[in-house]
Formats: sequence, C-alpha cells, structure tokens
Amino acid sequence: MVTIFTRPDSMFDTPTHYCPGCTHGVAHRLVAEVIDELGIKDKTVGVAPVGCAVLIYNYMNTDFVEGSHGRAPASATGIKRSRPDLVVYTYQGDGDLASIGAAEIVHAANRGEKITVVFINNAIYGMTGGQMAPTTLPGQKTTTSPKGRDVNHIGYPIRMAELLATLKTPGYIVRSSLHDPYHIAMAKKAIKQAFIYQLEGKAFSMVELLSTCPTNWGMTPYQATQWLKENMLQYYPLGVFKTPEDE
Amino acid sequence: MAKKLMKGAEAIGEAAIRAGCRHYFGYPITPQSEIAEYLSRRMPEVGGVFLQAESEVAASNMLFGAAATGTRVMTSSSSPGISLMAEAFSYMVGAEVPAVVVNAMRGGPGLGGILPSQSDYFQATKANGHGDVHFIVLAPASLQESVEHVMMAFPLAEKYRNPVMIVADGLVVQMMESVDFDIVETTDPPDVEDWAATGTKGRRERNLVKSLFLDPLGLEEHNRKLRRKYDEMEENEVRYEEVLIEDDTKLVAVAYGTTSRVVRSVVEELRGEGYPVGLFRPITLYPFAYDRLREISKRDSVKGFMSIEMSTGQMIYDVRLAVQDLKPVGFFGRQGGIIPTPDDVRKAMLQELEKLGG
Repeated sequence: MVTIFTRPDSMFDTPTHYCPGCTHGVAHRLVAEVIDELGIKDKTVGVAPVGCAVLIYNYMNTDFVEGSHGRAPASATGIKRSRPDLVVYTYQGDGDLASIGAAEIVHAANRGEKITVVFINNAIYGMTGGQMAPTTLPGQKTTTSPKGRDVNHIGYPIRMAELLATLKTPGYIVRSSLHDPYHIAMAKKAIKQAFIYQLEGKAFSMVELLSTCPTNWGMTPYQATQWLKENMLQYYPLGVFKTPEDE
Repeated sequence: MAKKLMKGAEAIGEAAIRAGCRHYFGYPITPQSEIAEYLSRRMPEVGGVFLQAESEVAASNMLFGAAATGTRVMTSSSSPGISLMAEAFSYMVGAEVPAVVVNAMRGGPGLGGILPSQSDYFQATKANGHGDVHFIVLAPASLQESVEHVMMAFPLAEKYRNPVMIVADGLVVQMMESVDFDIVETTDPPDVEDWAATGTKGRRERNLVKSLFLDPLGLEEHNRKLRRKYDEMEENEVRYEEVLIEDDTKLVAVAYGTTSRVVRSVVEELRGEGYPVGLFRPITLYPFAYDRLREISKRDSVKGFMSIEMSTGQMIYDVRLAVQDLKPVGFFGRQGGIIPTPDDVRKAMLQELEKLGG
C-alpha cells in the first residue's frame, strides 16, 4: 500500500482543542508540512502566543517557548540572537500581535530579525470569548461591540501586513487566506517561502492568514468561510506586500 | 590582573563578560545607561550580542527568549524600567529559566527622580512579578562587591534555574572605585539539553519552556516545586556581614548597599568613642538573614535594632519579622535620592541609643 496522505512528522498524533471549523488546525498543519519539507524539525523553536493557540505546542513536535502576551517577537529575537543556528517562528493571533504586541512586532520587523511570524487574523478574540479585536471589521458585532464596531468610537481595523510593508528594512510580508483549498495551497507556499528567507538569513518574514472563528462569529463553519470571503477579503486584500528583493 | 579603577556601570558590564555572559538586552534609563553603552562597545569585541530593545517590556522578553535557550544573558535597568520588566520576570520564574538582572534603584514612586534610592526593596524581595515569585537578590555595597555579585549571579541563576537580581543603587553604578576581576572564579555554563529550547537535533524528545498549567493540581504541584527551590535558597544562600557586633553591643543598625557604607563609618566612629553600637549588613535581601538576626536579638546585651534605609521603611518589615517582639526596631531613612550623611546617621543612632537607656 502506498501512503499518499499522512500526518506531518512535526505534529503529534493527538486531537486538538480547537472548535469545529476553526482554521487554527489548518494553519498548524501548513506550518508542520513546511517544517517537514524543509527538514528543519530538529532545529526549529516555536514561540507560542497567548490566546487560543497558546496550546500549539501540544500539537507541534518541536522545541517550544511559551511567550508572554504579545511579546513573542521579542522572545523570538532573544532566541534567534543567542542561537542563530535555530529556525525560530512565532505563531500569534490578532489580539496578541496587532493589539497588545503591536510594539514588539513592529520593532522585530524593523530590526529585520531573521524570524518567521505566522499571524492568524480572524477579526475577533477567541479564547476570552469573542471580544473586539484591532482587526474586527467596521460594523462587526462582538461581545464588546454589541452594536457593531463603530469606527468613530474605536477607529478602523489595523491592516498589519500593509503597515509592516511600509518599513524600509527588507522583509517578506504576505497576506493569505484559509477559506478554501486553493487559498490554503497559496498560504502554504507563502509560509514555505517565509521559512526559506529565514534559512537563507535574508529577512524578517510574516505571513498573515485570514482565518475563521465560527464559534465567536456565531456561524456554522461553512457560513464562516463564506463570511470571510464576502467581508474580510474586501478589507484585507491578499497578496505579497513586500519581498527582500524590493528596492 | 591588578586592580583597575573603573566606573560602576562599566565594572558591572565587564563583570558580566568575565562571567561568560555574551548576550545583553536592555533599554536606556538613567542612572544606568552606561552599562548598556559599555556593553554596546564591549560585546562585539568578544563575539557577543548587544541589542537595544524598543522598551523594557521587549528587553525583558528578549532576556526570557535567550534564557530559554540556556544562554548566559543579562539585562539592566532602573526602577521604572524594572516595573515594566515584571511581567517577563514572572514568566521566567514560572518557566524556570536562569538570567541576571541589575536594578540601579532610583527614587520613586512613578517617574520619581534619578538619584540613588533603596525604595524598590519590597518589589525586589517580595514582588518581582505576579504569582509566587522570588529572585535571589544581592545587594552590593562597593564596586568590588558588585563585580563579585554579577559574576556569582550567573552560576547561582543556573543552579536554581531562576533569575537573580543585583540591586545596586544609583550611587554604586555611578561612582568610581578600584576593582579586581580575578578574585572571582569563573564557571562553565551547565548542560541545558534536558530543559532548554535548543532544537532537538534528532537526539532527544522536544523541550517545552512554559509557565501555563491549566490543571489546578498541576499548577499547585508546580508552585510547590518552585517553593522547594525557594526553601533551598533560604537554606543555602543567605549572606550577611556583621560589623562590630560584640558581646556588649546594645544597638544594632541594619543597613545594606550604599547606606551600609555610611552607617559603617558612623558605627566605627561611635565605637571609637565608646558607644556600644554595631552594624548588621544583609548581603542577600532575599533570602533574608532572619535566623541570624533573631539569634542576635536574643542576646541580653542587645537592647534594640534600627533599620537605616534610603526609603520610608521597607527592609524594616523584615527586621521586625526576624526580631519579632523581642526587641524594639527603630528607623531612620532619607528619601528622594538623598543619601543620609554620617551626621544624620550619627544623630539618629545616638537618639535611638538614648531611647534604649544609653
């Protein structure tokens, strides 16, 4: 019998705690497949965020450090600067990266830290129970914006990929989406390229992944992917915003 | 090497390098920015890494990251910056990683001032972060001692897999004195493969450096494990110095760091004049020398204690815990960055002596 599809070697054989339809599982798997394909499992150190994905280390079979809230890029900097031979990546949600950790991500990118950041943007706080994120769309209802996000009260959602792409320091900044198989395949390509840039010692890299949170969006998994497609893609255009080769 | 005249900040930076530290993350803050300045020059010379972070919050989390790989790493700051680092400090204790932190204490609260102070005693000894958290806290009174403390802090941190803090007030960091680096033995870093995030290299199960324990029984067990380490510190690491505490000593002044130098000169002077006074100088603020102070307090000759600090009275609580109700504990302090003068201390001690019946 020929095995044509199996669990990546970099993942443990265990069920996840994620809700049905949540795209964290897909994102984890893409990272694990890339780690396998690049043969870097034995020298990879992940930095976990605070949020739903804090338990990522229960699923990924590599060394891991659990960062404090939003500071994963700083801790990743400490790891990479003390052990440049390691492959270091952070995996962060939108509250962790774009709100409490806004300073750390901007400065890690601006220093050109040779780390990779996987940024899960699902436009809501997951673990704390569906509160507004800095990436929550205008008008989007959450438990702390019950009448919908009012941009006059709280401003517009932050587009992190665009923001980081304005930095002069070379970097690889991409936004992908996990709402259908085609885009998932594209997302994997981006994640792989991001790790390759790190392995080449070239640049800081961040892949933003538009993701779903059916539980806190109050939708079925299918409705959630449709909502992402119809609403998030307009506000958060996909694409490569910056490469190390740019002038 | 012969003795060398150095500024405190530079001696502290050089001591870290002599101790085998090759990684420093920090953020400038008066009165200790010279530590960062010195290491920004010196680290590249020895193949090390100096990195100026965007904030103390980031610097301390870089410290955490480097420490999580088992690398000898140090940061330094001053009071307001230390408050910002408290978050990472707590994670580091929880995740059991070794690191060295220097706090050049300045006057608070808030932005306070930039002159020497000892008003972070509570924070350093009782509250370096949320949760059941302790650091070993060393309080040098001279540059030579600062050098020794920095150099011994690394192996101490590694022994307990817990951060160690050196509380040097602004004066220690800013003054010049002669130092000798060679009298402290250097050690090799221990093997960290059983816990650190260094990549599995295909040789071992993966390591996880973390502080989250969602299961209450698991977290309780973890806290008890940490407590056992604190117990070991309290058993093995208490350090202090006694100056002129003799059979006839009536009043025992308790002072540390810069203040202890002033008190020492006053105690020596008063002794010369026949006054029965002595000085007890805690060298580790945590663990505190409760047992030794209690023993002294039981002596019939000893009539009272006096805590002398550059704060409104923080260490005095530990002195009282040690002495309990056996003997009275007086207080003298200056605040705001003012170092008590020998005259101030002399007057205060003579008054206290009089209260105790001469």
